[in-house]
Parts: sequence; structure tokens; C-alpha cells
Amino acid sequence: MYVIVVGAGKVGWNLARELLAKDHEVTLIESERRKYLIVEQELEHAVQYGDATELWVLERAGIQRADLVIAVTGDDEDNMLICQMAKEKYLCQRIVARVNNPRNLQHFKLLGIRPAVSATDLILRLIEHEVPQYGLVQLLALEGERLEIIELEVVAGAPAAGKRVDEVPLPEGSLIISVLRGGAGFVPKSDTVIEAGDEVLLILDPGLESAITPQFTRNGAGPGS
Amino acid sequence: MFILVVGAGRVGSAVAKRALQAGHEVSVLDEDPLSHEQLDKDLSETWEDAGGRYTVGTALEVDALIEAGIEQADVFIASTNGDNTNLVIAQIAQRRFNVPRVVVRVLDPGRAAWYAEQGLHTICPTQHAIDLVERAALDPAV
Repeated sequence: MYVIVVGAGKVGWNLARELLAKDHEVTLIESERRKYLIVEQELEHAVQYGDATELWVLERAGIQRADLVIAVTGDDEDNMLICQMAKEKYLCQRIVARVNNPRNLQHFKLLGIRPAVSATDLILRLIEHEVPQYGLVQLLALEGERLEIIELEVVAGAPAAGKRVDEVPLPEGSLIISVLRGGAGFVPKSDTVIEAGDEVLLILDPGLESAITPQFTRNGAGPGS
Repeated sequence: MFILVVGAGRVGSAVAKRALQAGHEVSVLDEDPLSHEQLDKDLSETWEDAGGRYTVGTALEVDALIEAGIEQADVFIASTNGDNTNLVIAQIAQRRFNVPRVVVRVLDPGRAAWYAEQGLHTICPTQHAIDLVERAALDPAV
């Protein structure tokens, strides 16, 4: 695979190194002369000097034949434009953009740039996983498919505790896909009884969380509340 | 018309002042409070007294754009000192806020040409300079 990585900071440099170690062909582009000279000592011809928001720099790097373009500079505007041009001008099939300021994520989406990866967001997810708020953890959001997978802990006294799966009143568009109990996970059947202390995984249409959570928390109200 | 100018440098502030003098409603957004001086310069009164609006804020912040009046804007001018910032905010103005007329200053001729093909009204001062210098230097009729 031929990969162009833009931005030779810690992220870009290490990405390039890893990809090269996995036998991919890589060109790393860095616009800061000093940084370029340091990285060039290690990566040699795999790094090029230039501003990758300029078309000729991308073309010199061979963007026309790139299988993947990864923009990980410290500047969100640059990452957006590099990916936009890679996708729309050079018809590159795969792009990955780094989001430095999570508030800019909406702009990446507006320009159709995905996946857009935000370190702040990833760390936030990790924190939520370690310190679950309301016992709910979002595990995966498949935005293209408009589906989410969430993890919930079943609190003692919750409406769902002690009920069979088919007795738990869940909204249309949601499904319990796995139960984690005593360190092991299994796929429940309709007559599986949910116990307090279980962790359940659900797949759902986005936006249904608030209708689902009450079934698994203590102050649970009825469905749809 | 209501005109929103983002970036009060030489070009942005000069266009803003001309638009105001021509009787338009003009709002300027710039991240630097000191850029306000560019607007007061050459005016007999302050920019606000002359009827202009000034908002300090970052162009990529939607809140700042809304505060500066992007939702009411008939014309949006992207004239910060960064090509990439201009190209991004121009697309935000066009696609998200549906501003009818969006003008964007791009110094790099390559990007200016390609984004013009994509439907943005780009103005490239560099290209104009190249054409003028070329004509002054090489055109036998000049």
C-alpha cells in the first residue's frame, strides 16, 4: 500500500515509522525545515519537505497513486483541506484526518471528511469507560450505518434486573446483543434472565440511549421517558 | 445588503470601509482586538460611530460567526491572512449557513483555481500580480 502522511510531529513520525516497518511504501511530508531535517536523518528519502496544502507538493509526493492519505498536522484547516483535495481532486479512496480541536469536528463533517480522529475525544471515551457516568459507555458509533453499540451496567433494583430479555420493554430499534457476567460474555436468548451486576451490550439507533438507560438504573422509569 | 467580513487586514478592512460608505450594513470579525485600528484609520469617527460592527473571535468558531451575524449575511468575505482558513470558512458560510454570495481571498494560484472550479468565488491577488507584472515586463504594446 502507498501511504502519504502529512505532518512529521510525534503522531506523523511514528505512524510513518510503523507503516514502513509493516512494509508499506510511505512518504511523510513536513513543511517546517528544522523538523524535516531531523526526521530526514532517520527516514531519509521517505520524507519530503514542503507545504502539503499546495497542490504541487502533493503531486510531487505522488498523490495520484496513493492508496491512503493521512493528515496529522497540528492545524485543523490544513488537515481538512489536504483531505478534501486528496478525496475530491485526486480521487484518493481512503483518507484519515486528525482533529486537533474537537470543536472543529463539525467542520470536518461538513466537508465530508471522515474518519476524523480527535485525541481529546478518544481520551474522553477512555475516561468514560473507566469512570462510567450513569453506567453507560458508548463503545462504538457507526455513523455511516447510523448505529451505536453501548454498554450498560445493570444496577440492583433496576427494572430489568431479574427479568427475561423478552420482558424488558426496550424501544423499537434496539437489541441486547451480549451479556457480560462473571468475567465471561455470552449472547442471550429471549428467555435469558438478566441479573443485577451484569453488563449488557446493546445495539441501537442513535438517540435511543435516554429511553434505554432507565431500564438498567435504579430510578428507572418506564420506557420512552 | 448585510456584509460580513472575516479578517480585518489591508484587504478586508478596506473593503469593509468602502461597503459601509456605500450604505451597506457591515460587520467585521477578527481574532485580534488591535485589528480594529485598521478600520478606524482614515475615518473621521470610530468604526462603530460610523455604523460598523466589530466582533473579536476566531473564524472557525461557529459561535463567533453567529455573533458577527453570519445568519443574516447576504455577502460573506473571507479575507484572513491564511488561505486554508479562508477556504474552510468560505465553505462553512456557503454550505452550512447558505450565504448567497461568498468571496474568498486565496494567495496560492493553484488552490484558488481548483476551488473556483468547485464553485467558490476565489480571488487570487498573486495571480493578478503575475499577470500585471508579466504584461508590464513583456507586452510590447505597453
